[in-house]
Amino acid sequence: MPDRPLFLERASFHRRRLGDAARVLPVLAALLFLVPVWWVPQNVSFAGGAVWIFGLWGVLVMAIWALHRALLRAEAATPHATDAAAPPGPAVEPDQTDAF
Amino acid sequence: MPFEGLVAACLVYVALMFAIAYAADRAAERGHVRWLDHPLVYTLSLSVYCSAWTFYGAVGYASRSGLEFLTIYLGPTIVFTGAWWGLRRLVRVARMHHVTSVADLISARFGKSNPLAAIVTLIAVIASTPYIALQLQSVRLSFEVFATDGPNGAALDDGAFGGTGLWVAAGLALFTILFGTRNLAADERHHGVVTAIALEAIIKLLAFVALGIFVVWGLADGPADVLSRMSRAAADPQTAEGWVLQPDRWTVLILVSAAAILTLPRMFQVMVVEAADEERLHVAGWAFPAYLFAMSLFVLPIAVMGRELLPAGENPDLYVLTLPVAAGQDMLALLVFLGGFSAATSMVVVCAIAVATMVSNHWLVPAWLALRQIPAGDEADDLRSFVLNARRLAILAVMAAGWVYHQASGGTAALAAMGLVAFTGMAQVLPAMIGGLLWRGANRKGAYAGIGSGLVLWMSLLFLPSVGIGGPLPVPEGMDAWAATVMLCLTLNTLAFVGVSIFGFPDPVERLQGLSFVSAVEPIRHSRMMRADDRAEPLLAMARRVWGAERALRYFESEARSQGKSGYLPDLTPRFLTRLERRLAGSIGSATAHAMVDRVAGGVALTVSDLLQVADEAQRAKEETQRLEAARAELARTARQLREANDKLTALSVQKDAFLGQISHELRTPMTSVRAFSEILKDPSLTAEERTRFAGIIHTEAGRLTRLLDDLLDLSVLESGRAQLNVSAANLHDVITRALSAASATRSERGFLIDRDLPSEHLAIITDVDRLLQVLINVISNARKYCDAVHPVLIIRVRRPEAGGAVIDIVDNGSGIDSGRQSLIFEKFARLNDPARAGGAGLGLAICREIMLNLGGEISYLPGQGGAAFRILLPPRPPVQAGMGQDVSGTVSGRLEG
Repeated sequence: MPDRPLFLERASFHRRRLGDAARVLPVLAALLFLVPVWWVPQNVSFAGGAVWIFGLWGVLVMAIWALHRALLRAEAATPHATDAAAPPGPAVEPDQTDAF
Repeated sequence: MPFEGLVAACLVYVALMFAIAYAADRAAERGHVRWLDHPLVYTLSLSVYCSAWTFYGAVGYASRSGLEFLTIYLGPTIVFTGAWWGLRRLVRVARMHHVTSVADLISARFGKSNPLAAIVTLIAVIASTPYIALQLQSVRLSFEVFATDGPNGAALDDGAFGGTGLWVAAGLALFTILFGTRNLAADERHHGVVTAIALEAIIKLLAFVALGIFVVWGLADGPADVLSRMSRAAADPQTAEGWVLQPDRWTVLILVSAAAILTLPRMFQVMVVEAADEERLHVAGWAFPAYLFAMSLFVLPIAVMGRELLPAGENPDLYVLTLPVAAGQDMLALLVFLGGFSAATSMVVVCAIAVATMVSNHWLVPAWLALRQIPAGDEADDLRSFVLNARRLAILAVMAAGWVYHQASGGTAALAAMGLVAFTGMAQVLPAMIGGLLWRGANRKGAYAGIGSGLVLWMSLLFLPSVGIGGPLPVPEGMDAWAATVMLCLTLNTLAFVGVSIFGFPDPVERLQGLSFVSAVEPIRHSRMMRADDRAEPLLAMARRVWGAERALRYFESEARSQGKSGYLPDLTPRFLTRLERRLAGSIGSATAHAMVDRVAGGVALTVSDLLQVADEAQRAKEETQRLEAARAELARTARQLREANDKLTALSVQKDAFLGQISHELRTPMTSVRAFSEILKDPSLTAEERTRFAGIIHTEAGRLTRLLDDLLDLSVLESGRAQLNVSAANLHDVITRALSAASATRSERGFLIDRDLPSEHLAIITDVDRLLQVLINVISNARKYCDAVHPVLIIRVRRPEAGGAVIDIVDNGSGIDSGRQSLIFEKFARLNDPARAGGAGLGLAICREIMLNLGGEISYLPGQGGAAFRILLPPRPPVQAGMGQDVSGTVSGRLEG
């Protein structure tokens, strides 16, 4: 792809990495909710578990809020990033442009 | 609280909902959509996820199974954690294709296949009916709590409560028909419904949080007290056994509820269909998990307090009502009742809209179109009214089915599990949905296999056992039977979907749709679909039948205007046909819209070769762009070369002027001395000694003049290429030795250390030896003149390159020549240091260069050798003299390059 830049300037790079964080977050959330129950089900079934899950939940809500705010700001800072990077359509992922 | 008061409160509440919905629809009609469009309204409308099953049932669930109830909320939370890249893409793609329901999404992705949508609709209907029944039951049960509690409770028999369900169902059907089928385009938003639901969400949340605060701080003694009571409850072995989390159940429940948020018809309706754009997910991404958090925070405290304070026989599902009633908090109980009522009604309304859209678009309309042959063109609006009536009918049917199911099942036990059964049923759509959005290889046969096998397995292993037909699957000891069954269904479903997809070859329409869904781009149908101009009119007639005359005309006119045409009939460009079909899909589903547009526009079925041609066109366009790019680069290169040539010519012109000025000056200086001293010689009073001295000076100056003129002549002869070469063979060693001895006269007072590599110098060369000697002497003399080292050293290295000839490097250890001036030294009169010291005219290196060019070789300055360094490149033999013209041109170009 000759029209895709090989390297990005700081703002676009930052935005991409925030995008990566947005992809990692659900996996992380799922692991944090699942692993303790598989590991020590006895310990997380009662009051301790309630505190753990609700605490994690609250942190997660704030994390999504902060991440979305950062992503929106990063997107505002790089208004042409998506247009320039992928002219045929908005946000075509690199691994999805293969021919079928 | 008297039962009549309760009914009155309900009626007031329902009237309020009707008013709100009506006002919102009116406001939207007048274009006042700013606050209706707020992301918070969207977020609140998502709370339709929390139906009465979660409002009442969560507490019951928690009191039986402890923290396990949280899975129902954690799944959606995890899904919304990925709102930025996951849900946004889903919403964008769905909006792009004007998708009307989850069945339509699947159908549009897999080649606009209506049978596939019909199957998904079947699952949705089977799953939703008991779910709606569950809502009706919850309303009935909540009425019962008050009625049995009230003073005239005994007067009401069971029949009165059975009537409640009917009344509620009828009221909701009316509401849904009034506000859910105002317009045909299902992808157009139902502002009234959404706003009413958002308000119900607030009431729901307020009621539950108010109850929670009352329970935690009113009945218990704050959060710490609740936690310690929880620990005490855990100490009871019977409770503890139910409360200990089972990892397999925990995981599968989270998975299923995550699937439910994506696939449940009502969730798809509010999350995707009612979303104007994907931007609102920026707020909903965190606000909806926060809503779920708030809704579930007080579930456990209520369950714990209910167990402690209420008699053992009390139904835990109704703790939310019985707790405030038992505590004598009538107003709080009423609020909670309204919260539960709103949870039930909002779920039923949205579910009915979603399922009715599916039923009418994928069952009734295709059947009707298939029964009627080619429709007569004159029947205006017939399709429109049919679709609307079909949808109304479907709403009534869905409600009636729910009520019948509710009446038929009667008992509470069978219905309690219905929520999860509905979740698992719709989850069977998930593999095809996710696969369709992420994997271009997914195809229709795979989707049939996956959804079909999922449907059969779910019916036989989960749905039928839940209504008492057949038994559960025997599973190995230690595994949870329910979790194992769900995993079995989903795994086989996914395997069938992937496996059949791998071995299938999708048809062209499907591949085009696959590209569009996976890459979120809008492909245009192929130009072969274009037909003659007179086809636009039947299309307009068809659109009029679907949308009504006014809207169809408006749409066609705007399309024509966007093409730059006046009137109502746009050209049937591929783009227009694609857009029209998508717009129609928003009203009647993509499969039907596709079939209708194809039939009227007389479209030819897309073939694989067309598809390849589309790809070819794109490829050609890309190649053309690349070719233009290359041509542009070439032009830029040529322009730069021209610019350089121009610069050089300008420089040469300047140089020529400077040369003339210089040469006049150089000729005048000795001439002036000659004239002055010859003037003096005329003086008779001069002594013989003085005469001799002055005559000597005149002689010297005349000699200098002659040398200068000789040099100039030499240079002009060399430059014109007319120099005669006396080619002979010689030993390079001898030539260098002669040059060294000849040059030693120059500044003979300086003792130079000569560093030679004698053995390598013995090379036979064929050239004009005298000319070569001239070059060597010049270079060596220059070194002797300008080398400013205290102990000057002159290094001479000779080697024979592979092509033959010789390379002679002459390097001194002085300070060399500045890099900026290295290109100047071969120009005429280019003296770098002061002329007096050099004592030459500055033509030496210019002559050297011309000689070497005439000999077919080259002299160049070697930078970075630790001093001034020259490389003389001698060809195996000089160019043939006969080709004089050729030689001249060579010299000219050589000068240009130099």
